[in-house]
Amino acid sequence: MNNHYQLVIIGGGPAGLAAAATASAQGISCALLDEQPEPGGQIYRSIESVPDQRAQKLGSEYLRGKKLAAAFRECDAEYYPETRVWSLNKELEIGIIRNDEASMITADQIIIANGAMERPVPFPGWTKPGVMQAGAGQILFKTAGVVPDNGVVLAGSGPLLLLLAWQYLHAGVEVKALLDVTPLSNHLSAMPKFPRAILAHHYLTKGIGYQIELKRAGIPMLFGVSDLRAEGDEQLQTVCFKHSGKQKTIESELLLTHFGVIPHTWLSQAAGCKHKWDNSQQCWRPEHDEWGNTNIPGIMVAGDGAGINGGRSAEHAGRLAGFESLFALGLLTQEERDKLAAKDIKWKRDERHIRPFLEAYFQIPKSLLATTDNDTVICRCEEVTAGQIREAVQHGHDNSNQVKFFTRCGMGPCQGRQCSNAVAHIVADESGEAVADMGHFRGRPPVSPLTLGQLAALDKEESV
Amino acid sequence: MTTDVLIIGGGLMGSSTALQLAMRGYQCTIIEKASPGRHSSGVSAGGLRQLNRDPAEIPLTVESAKMWRDIESLLDSDCDARFPGQLRVAENKADMEKLEQRAALVRSLGYHHEEIIDKKELYQLVPALGPGCVGGLICREDGYGRPYHTVTAFRRKAESLGVKYQTGTEVYSIRKDGDDWQLRTSQGMFSSSILVNCAGAWANQVSTMLDEPVPLTPKALALMVTERLPHFVDPVMGAASRKLSFKQMQNGSLIIGGALIAKLDFEKEKTEIDWLQMAKSANTVVSFFPQLKDVRIVRAWGGIESFMPDNIPVLSASQTYSNAYHAFGFSAHGFQLSPVVGKVMSELIIDGKSSIPLDSFHISRFNK
Amino acid sequence: MFKQLPANQTETINIILNGQSLQVTKGISVAAVALSQNLGFTRTTPVSASKRAPFCMMGVCYDCLMVINGRANQRACSTMVQEGMRIETQQGVGPAMEGRKE
Repeated sequence: MNNHYQLVIIGGGPAGLAAAATASAQGISCALLDEQPEPGGQIYRSIESVPDQRAQKLGSEYLRGKKLAAAFRECDAEYYPETRVWSLNKELEIGIIRNDEASMITADQIIIANGAMERPVPFPGWTKPGVMQAGAGQILFKTAGVVPDNGVVLAGSGPLLLLLAWQYLHAGVEVKALLDVTPLSNHLSAMPKFPRAILAHHYLTKGIGYQIELKRAGIPMLFGVSDLRAEGDEQLQTVCFKHSGKQKTIESELLLTHFGVIPHTWLSQAAGCKHKWDNSQQCWRPEHDEWGNTNIPGIMVAGDGAGINGGRSAEHAGRLAGFESLFALGLLTQEERDKLAAKDIKWKRDERHIRPFLEAYFQIPKSLLATTDNDTVICRCEEVTAGQIREAVQHGHDNSNQVKFFTRCGMGPCQGRQCSNAVAHIVADESGEAVADMGHFRGRPPVSPLTLGQLAALDKEESV
Repeated sequence: MTTDVLIIGGGLMGSSTALQLAMRGYQCTIIEKASPGRHSSGVSAGGLRQLNRDPAEIPLTVESAKMWRDIESLLDSDCDARFPGQLRVAENKADMEKLEQRAALVRSLGYHHEEIIDKKELYQLVPALGPGCVGGLICREDGYGRPYHTVTAFRRKAESLGVKYQTGTEVYSIRKDGDDWQLRTSQGMFSSSILVNCAGAWANQVSTMLDEPVPLTPKALALMVTERLPHFVDPVMGAASRKLSFKQMQNGSLIIGGALIAKLDFEKEKTEIDWLQMAKSANTVVSFFPQLKDVRIVRAWGGIESFMPDNIPVLSASQTYSNAYHAFGFSAHGFQLSPVVGKVMSELIIDGKSSIPLDSFHISRFNK
Repeated sequence: MFKQLPANQTETINIILNGQSLQVTKGISVAAVALSQNLGFTRTTPVSASKRAPFCMMGVCYDCLMVINGRANQRACSTMVQEGMRIETQQGVGPAMEGRKE
């Protein structure tokens, strides 16, 4: 590995792979750093090693990743799997860990393409063994062929829930029920955005197709579910909820939940990029222009790590960031860049047609985002409850960071990844302020595990 | 609005001063440009240290230590303060000589809080310490507290006595109008009879408005915190001749400091970690405690501190105006002094003199 | 809770899970092994000793922390099984630190 590259791409999902294939075509020194052992990110996880039998059950969108990964393997970018990034600054110095060793490299241009994560939505009992995120179920399936053996309840709101139910159906897994917590009122509020969504009708027809198959298979699908609770002594035994005005229960040892996805912003925050609250996507995301440039010269963002637009859009965003890098490096003129990027600009815009509708339709209700159940654990790491957070606000700690300092919310191993959004919503709710004004936890490096020993070795390296 | 005292800065020093003044019946308003404890006070490593202070600070620190031991009666909160002691470890004979000289100096001033310990006692106190150390200097009553909790405790007690916190309020200009101070701020005009400058790293902005600029340098100090660990060390650890400072907090995580500098853009209030500096610190920790090499650092941050060239604060009345006072420049070791600073400043303001001599801290030492 | 679907031609390796020798598929994560072996939980929390199991499977929740080859706080979902690997459920903050004994 070199100490310096003209372009370093962080993340091996569709945005990173597309950026690498695009930019390296012009012969620049380019490295893609991937924490996973093979390309694909989360959406196309294990796409190269997955056995055909399993791949078929995962659906056609998943298989798209094969082509992307192959194109990446053929390009001239250097691939560094099992390589984690723990720091990035405005001097474009990157702290990496590879083979248990820490080092620092630099680049002229950096593309952060580290994708999204499940929106963590606390509800009573969500920390019990037996409750997992829906994406976790997909990862177990993709990477290890591991599936539920005693049935599963799926709950939440969002297209991924439907997809997973379909994948499980084809894998012979018993889906006991699909509990959709999307408020029925969302159907109404999303209607004005529907006409534009028809322009991306392949999404809609796909979703409807899944629903029809699931219904035919006899899987109970309940809509307008609320008051979701995971009950059990030390692990999940019963899923409780409200539906059609009645309290209902389903015995299950496994509950997978999904409430949409949000950008994983810890690296872009630690690097000092400006972020803003996106009211429609209900998340914090890095501010960037249409090419992916952030407020820090040399640092770009692409893909779902920049804002949620899905896998296909991430490819286009990756290519745009690739072209922009070449322009920034002086290998393309502005005209050349614009010409080469024209199609991707158009296709990326087309991918946006479905988003306002999806975002409105799958808006997570405030009752879930800012739970009033005071016993619900919000910070999983430090076990801080909603009640403790509300109490902190009452004592005058009226923004996210103050609540963090006082309660230790967000100070555990995950550094706020699972609780940051919920804290912002609860603090906003309790103080009567806007979520956008609550601030996000100040992201700081190292954003990936770095030990004292690994850090100490950096010093020895320099003094040798 | 008009009040008795306007205090610029809502950190520990401003809050402590306001509290003591309020306890003696004065109405105070704190003008805070962000939120209480946003800067130095909130990002402190939390050390409650008398050990190894500049001799000028010794009377203050000893008095403050007494106040800390009874902090609950002052603040209605124990601030989760613990007192397992603080050590400077000697690695060799030269270190021991250095520490012995220090102990002698402190004794010569009439104080006994710093003691030499031998190798046997060192390893009894810190069995987890790696081999090769020969002794140390200890202050048995030292320890650590929780900075943000302390800020909160001061604030809540002060508020309960009528102190008003005007947050998100920046001072634009200061004018004396007859006997009154007139402050023009981002939230309108404020006036008072007495003005106190507790503006931390921005204190020179304020003292310049009072025509007495000082050579204050804002610097960012870097700290690291680890994941929670099983309890393995009691006292706060320092070293005689290497930059080492760490403590194991109540919840088991380690806070590692050691006077390391982070990069600072003061205008933008942005700090940036210098990893090669941090690597040196990590190296020092691991060389004293090899079993810590696999411990994960969960976070590193820089906190803005105000440094004076002689590394001791300014605690005095203004040279240029009557009814104006200064308490700033704690050079990264103010946390432990916060209770006593409020006390001596309130005495200075109300009685005209403090119970502890403050001559060494006068602002005039920069403007002779 | 979970099972592993049979697949053709999978290479296996040996690991030790909570003292028990096992043959597992090469190249899968420790978390996948723990879940398909129905351990039930992979750690207890430092704050309240509550039982936890893997939650996100993508390295962002840090709930799947286990003691791997004697090192505490390792993310089981981000660690691939290796020949001879020792894996243990983590209790709280993990095993006591070594200290010099007089």
